[in-house]
Formats: sequence, C-alpha cells, structure tokens
Amino acid sequence: MLYSNNINQSDTTTVNQQDNYVFNVEGVKVYYGGFLALLDVYLQIPVKQIIAFIGPSGCGKSTLLRCFNRMNDLIPGARVEGRLNYRDRNIYDPKINSVKLRRQVGMVFQRPNPFPKSIYENIAFGPRANGYKGNVDELVEDSLRRAAIWDEVKDKLKEKGTALSGGQQQRLCIARAIAMKPDVLLMDEPCSALDPISSRQVEELCLELKQQYTIIMVTHNMQQASRVADFTAFFNTEIDDQSKRRGKLVEFSPTVQMFSSPQTKEAEDYISGRFG
Amino acid sequence: MTTAYQPDDYLDSTTEFTDNIEQRETVGKVFELLFLLGLFIGIFILALLLFDIFQDGLARFLAPGFLTETPSRFPEQGGIRPAIISSILLGIVVIVVTVPIGVGAALYLEEYAPKNWWTEIIEINISNLAGVPSIVYGLLGLGVFNYLLGFGPALISGALTLSLLSLPVIIVTSREAIRAVPNSLRYASYGLGITKWRTIRSHVIPYAIPGILTGVIISISRAIGDAASLIVVGAVGFLTFNPSLFQRFMALPIQIYSYITRPEPGFANAAAATIIALLVLILALNGVAIYIRQRFTIN
Repeated sequence: MLYSNNINQSDTTTVNQQDNYVFNVEGVKVYYGGFLALLDVYLQIPVKQIIAFIGPSGCGKSTLLRCFNRMNDLIPGARVEGRLNYRDRNIYDPKINSVKLRRQVGMVFQRPNPFPKSIYENIAFGPRANGYKGNVDELVEDSLRRAAIWDEVKDKLKEKGTALSGGQQQRLCIARAIAMKPDVLLMDEPCSALDPISSRQVEELCLELKQQYTIIMVTHNMQQASRVADFTAFFNTEIDDQSKRRGKLVEFSPTVQMFSSPQTKEAEDYISGRFG
Repeated sequence: MTTAYQPDDYLDSTTEFTDNIEQRETVGKVFELLFLLGLFIGIFILALLLFDIFQDGLARFLAPGFLTETPSRFPEQGGIRPAIISSILLGIVVIVVTVPIGVGAALYLEEYAPKNWWTEIIEINISNLAGVPSIVYGLLGLGVFNYLLGFGPALISGALTLSLLSLPVIIVTSREAIRAVPNSLRYASYGLGITKWRTIRSHVIPYAIPGILTGVIISISRAIGDAASLIVVGAVGFLTFNPSLFQRFMALPIQIYSYITRPEPGFANAAAATIIALLVLILALNGVAIYIRQRFTIN
C-alpha cells in the first residue's frame, strides 16, 4: 500500500517524479535474530522536508531510521529484507558501500555522543579522515555557525567536547554531522535527553537546516512533531499470531492532516492520547 | 501547646519494616574495619619486607661500582652490571614483542571476530594460559627457541620465552579495555562515514590505552621478576660481559638467586642490594607506563 496518495492532494510539488523523493522504502522488513521486529514498510521520503516518525515504544521507528544509513548492519543478528532506494539506488545491494552511504546520510543520536576530543577536533575529524581538501578552519566555523553554537564555543575550540552542557553537546553533534556535508540528516530522538529550552533550540535549528537537508526525525514528543515536521509517519505495534509484538507503519500524512484529521483510527487514538 | 518535633518518634513509627537499622549499620562498620585491617596487613607485610631489604642491602647498593662493575668472587667487590643490562634488554624485547601481538589479538577478538562458540573456546583457553606456571613456559621455550629455532641458550630465547609468559595477561586485559569502550563512540564514528579501521585507530584504541597499559604494567613486572623459566632456557649465574641478543645471558632475579646460594655472609647483602636494583627497575618501567596512561586518560 502506497501512502503517496495522502501527499498528492496537499503538497504543491509534483510528487510522482523520482527526483523529489530521496528515499523510497519498498517492503522493508527488519529481523533481530529470528524475531520480526518491523513489518513490511512502504514509504516515500520527500526531499528537503522534515519527516517525523512518531509512535509508542517498540513500534520500530528507530529500527526503520537505522535502515536509511545501514546502521542496523552494526547490530549483530539484525537482518533487513526488502528494497530501500536512496535516490534510485537500492542501498541494500551488496555492491553498495555502506561507508560511502553514511557520508551522504548522516545521523544524530539520542544521547549526545561527542568524541572525547577538542571541539575543533570533533568537527574536523570526519572531513579530515575522508580526505577533505579545503580549509578546515573555515569548515569548522561554518558548521558550528550553522548549528547555532558558534558564539558559545568560538573562544574555547580547544576544550573537550564532553565538557559542554547536554544541549550544547547535541548541537555539537549536529554540527559534526553537517560538517560532512550530507544529503540527509537522520535524528533519533535528538531532544529526549535535553531540557525544554535546549530542545526548542534544536527544533529551531532543524527548521533552518531543512533548507539544505532532508531531515528524518524520530520523536516521542507529539507536540514537537506538530511544531517541526512537514510530514509525519505514525507507527504502532501489533501482536502477531504467535503473540509476539512487532512494529508496523500505520499512516503517513502531511503533519497538518495527521494532527487534525488522521486517516486511521489507530493514529487518531494515539494523537488524542488514548494510548502511547 | 505544640510538642517539639522528635525525629526518632516519627522515623521509628513505621510498623511495616521491622529490622533494626542501627544494628545493621554496626555490622557494616565492623566489616569496614575488617577490610581496613586487610589493607593494613598487606601494607604492613610489604613495609616489613622493604625495611628488611633496605636494612641489608642499601649500603651495598649505594656502594660505588655496584651498578657499573661486573661480578666478582668476593662479596664486597664487584657489581651487577651484566644482570642489569640483561634485564633491561629482556624487558625491552618483551614489550616490543608482546604489545603489538597481544593488543592485536585482543583487537581481532573484540572488533572483528564473530561471537560464536569457537571464539568462546579461544577466550577460555587464553585465560587459562595466564595461570600456567612460568617453568612450563620455560620448557616450551627450551624446545621451541633453543632447539627448534636454533637460538640456543641466548638472550633472545629468554626474551621470547618471557614474551610467551606475558602474552595471555596482555590479551585478557586488553580485551577488557577494548570491551569497555562505549559503543556510542563507535556509532558516532561509523555514523559519519568513517571506516572500521579508522574508527578503531582513532577512537577505540586511544580510549582503551589506559586499560591496555595497566595490563602491560602487570605482565612486564611479572616477566622481569621471573627466574624459573629463564633457568630452564639456559640463563647463567655468573656473567662477565654485557650480553647482546644472541649471547649467553642472565637476569636480576637469577643474580639474586645466585647470591643467595653462596655461603659467605657478604653475599646476603649483595642479594638484598640486587633486590633493590630489581625494584628500582620495575618502578621505573611502571612509572613510564603510568605516565603514558595519564596522558591518555579521558577524564
């Protein structure tokens, strides 16, 4: 089942052309060992938009997020079936180099994880390791500015990244990710470990970053999704015939529609807080 | 009229939990004192040992020429230079051989090898090898290095035997150190499109260095202080020249043993003085390793 019909009516861009989708998920299933964690997902991610993944715990949103940059490969026992196209290329084709993929599809994690190095090194490490030929100082300043943290750290670039506060560390991690000049930014509950003010700063940052990057954000916070996202995908859990719990994609709609008149009862129940 | 708040009345008024907190805390204090006693016993014995050694050997150790001359038949004359040079050379070779091999093996087991029953068996075996007595390693070294590889009873045979002795401990402690590196660090690096080796080289290893160095300190100290394996491999008790890699050799523990077996009373002082020399060498090696560890520790 393709959910692109939901987009057709309200989005002004022509959505049936391939180059307006950055990801095309076709029947992706994820197994952890023998256990099916995420049921067939069909989804198309439009370019330069913010897409939120919402849903209760265990519904597979982070699992799907990790498929986009093949971080699931690092989890022993994880297996992905189906087709996931990144700009027309199936990234689960064995010929695709996952390291190269991750340069284009960056990730920010739930708990800020800056390297235990200086702030400057945190930003400079990735580009340098990948053979960046330009001016590293400029790249560092540019990335920190874009992540709205330059003013706070410009006088202490030599200090350890881990000495910053939680909100600052997360913005540092965002700066680190965008220093690689990626195409897409994946964010796995980026604000869940932050206080409300830092969360708000990260949200505003995302709204600016959307001009350059496609952002897919997993969030537990529905208000955040409604504030920030252009499109929202709602996931839920279901019990299969062997009484095992697994995740599935229930609905994918423009955010305005998802939060005012969701198309499925499950989404409506979740949005109105009847469960979650 | 208000009654003053009596803390104990309120805190003791619960009837659900009946055990006696004060008694529990007293028992806890007793254990604390017992543990402290254990610490003191250990320190006391160590202090006693050091005091005894210094009393017997400090004068001889500080005598001019003790560190720079070759041994003589007379206990008041001569020195232990060949033994010192031997031990230093042995230590260097052991470090150069065991650190790359040991850390490399640990890296393979932790970062590359799949986790199946085969690697479980290897892990158990390596842990067991750490407990094998050194004389067994001596016999192994005799067979492999002296005879099979033809090095004969030379310093290189002794050094390689000590390396075999040290390897299991280095592998086990390095594995622990690498395992202790948080996965979030690896994910951060992989997420940026960094290759596996670069991630290991630039993030995992630096983070694990303090733990690895602790393992190096422990095993080098054991190797430098070992006598049994070296005797089997052919160390001599009396040497008049500075040995090189392919010559006959000795070591400080063997020098100590050799002095102890002599009846003249002056040799007891010489033995104690040699022990001081050995302690200084071990402390110096440990000091260097601790310094490096401090530089790399993530606060």
